[in-house]
Amino acid sequence: MYLEIVLAFFIFRYLRKSLPADALLQWDKIFVGGMALSAALVVMGVMLRDNTQITKWFTHAMLLGLIYLVFKQKELAPAKQLMYSILPYIALSVLKDLVLLISPAFSRDMNDYFETATLFAIIWMIAMWMITRKQKKALEKEKAKTLEIEKESRIIESLKAALEVQVAERTAALTQQKETLQQALDELKATQAQLIQSEKMASLGELTAGIAHEIQNPLNFVNNFSEINTELIDEMQQEMDKGNLEDAKAIGNDIRDNEQKINHHGKRADAIVKGMLQHSRSSTGIKEATNINNLADEYLRLAYHGLRAKDKSFNASMKTDYDESVGTIQVIPQDIGRVILNLITNAFYAVAEKKKMLGDGYDPTVCVSTKKLAEKVMIAVKDNGNGIPQKVLDKIFQPFFTTKPTGQGTGLGLSMSYDIVNKVHGGEIIVDTEEGECTTFTIYLPV
Amino acid sequence: MKILVVDDETDIQTLFEQRFRKEIRQKLVEFVFAFSGEDALNYLNHHEHEVVLILSDINMPGMSGIELLRQIKQKHLTPPPVVMMITAYGDAENFNMAKQLGADDFLTKPVDFNLLKEKLKLVS
Repeated sequence: MYLEIVLAFFIFRYLRKSLPADALLQWDKIFVGGMALSAALVVMGVMLRDNTQITKWFTHAMLLGLIYLVFKQKELAPAKQLMYSILPYIALSVLKDLVLLISPAFSRDMNDYFETATLFAIIWMIAMWMITRKQKKALEKEKAKTLEIEKESRIIESLKAALEVQVAERTAALTQQKETLQQALDELKATQAQLIQSEKMASLGELTAGIAHEIQNPLNFVNNFSEINTELIDEMQQEMDKGNLEDAKAIGNDIRDNEQKINHHGKRADAIVKGMLQHSRSSTGIKEATNINNLADEYLRLAYHGLRAKDKSFNASMKTDYDESVGTIQVIPQDIGRVILNLITNAFYAVAEKKKMLGDGYDPTVCVSTKKLAEKVMIAVKDNGNGIPQKVLDKIFQPFFTTKPTGQGTGLGLSMSYDIVNKVHGGEIIVDTEEGECTTFTIYLPV
Repeated sequence: MKILVVDDETDIQTLFEQRFRKEIRQKLVEFVFAFSGEDALNYLNHHEHEVVLILSDINMPGMSGIELLRQIKQKHLTPPPVVMMITAYGDAENFNMAKQLGADDFLTKPVDFNLLKEKLKLVS
């Protein structure tokens, strides 16, 4: 009986502790009352030692009431588990007392069964109690875990927000950088265009003196032969007056020959001027049937005289080996002319440098040759200069790479040549060099 | 009088032959032509005592007129030929160099043939 009361007391206490504060308000009084009642029942039990029946039934009533309350009220649902654990014991206890009340004799007979059942009920109660405790602990653990996860996810959430702000800032910075770079790129493109133009003008400058020389010679011939022809015509008339028709005829032939020479040299000067104009003009970008041998020869002479004009002490042998079967092929004449001029100017520069080093005993030679191959035409410019050092060989076609002293080379010649031959004409430009001995640049152009 | 004309322009031969056609016909002058400095030296080596006057251009591929002049003056040909250099207009550098090397006279391009004829009279 006392066990029952103690149980009741602790259940009230447990309920009071385990209920959430807002739910507790209306129940608190009942629980405190229950606890007080339990205490009172103990006192009553001690005082009415001889007649335990009243105390017993009070206790039963209280516990049954409690169980009823727990099962009926939703707020108290969490305590159901606890009720299940004590229910068999309470039920047995009530049944035992009931049987005792109705038939004390039968109760005595059944005493052993009741004892055993009570034992089982207590074991049940303890086992249930332990299971509940265990479950409760697991539940609490689970709850703590969930809380932890929630806390973590909150932290992650805040970090994410911070990150997003950072990303936005970075994106803005990057966008600004991109715009700055784009602007720099545009400026660079403009500068590049200017540089290409100035490279063209620089090579034109190198040519000017050569052009002057090249035009002077044919003009001298034109003037001289036309003067001679004037004289010859007078002589022819004199011979005719004298009746020497044979002599007059001979003079007539000379006049005609001279006339051809005048025409030839006039055309020569014309070609040079045209070449110069072509060189200075921006490329038409239109491929025309072009005589490669003539083009190469024209620029060979221009480059040679251009260099001579700049450096009076310089001289070099020019060798040419033109394959007449090359004929005309479709190229952009200004562009290919620039390439050839470039290679020849470089070749002359190389032999001039070597001449400065070696002096007498070295015969600077630049050789230009053409050859008709299957489906393509080869143009080769060979010099016996100092060659190209291996360590710079793979840089020579890079823009702005130059071995010339500052201010003497733009470093664009070969890179532009490469673009013109490889990209514009679908050809190939190949360098072959032996250090200290020679360099050959070979262009292959598709027919 | 035998005159060696050195120039890389081949038409110079026709020009001289026509300009001096009367003199040639009258056997007053005889022209030989060389189209490079090397050719000129080669000719001189084989015809040592014949050439009286050498008329040379300066701007030539290979051996230049200056180099030719230097070699002629070094060879002490007998009799020493008169060397007349043809310089481009305003080319003071080559002019001075040739003078230093012992050039006997100068002509400026374009060649004034009347002036040349006057000079030739003085030589012969």
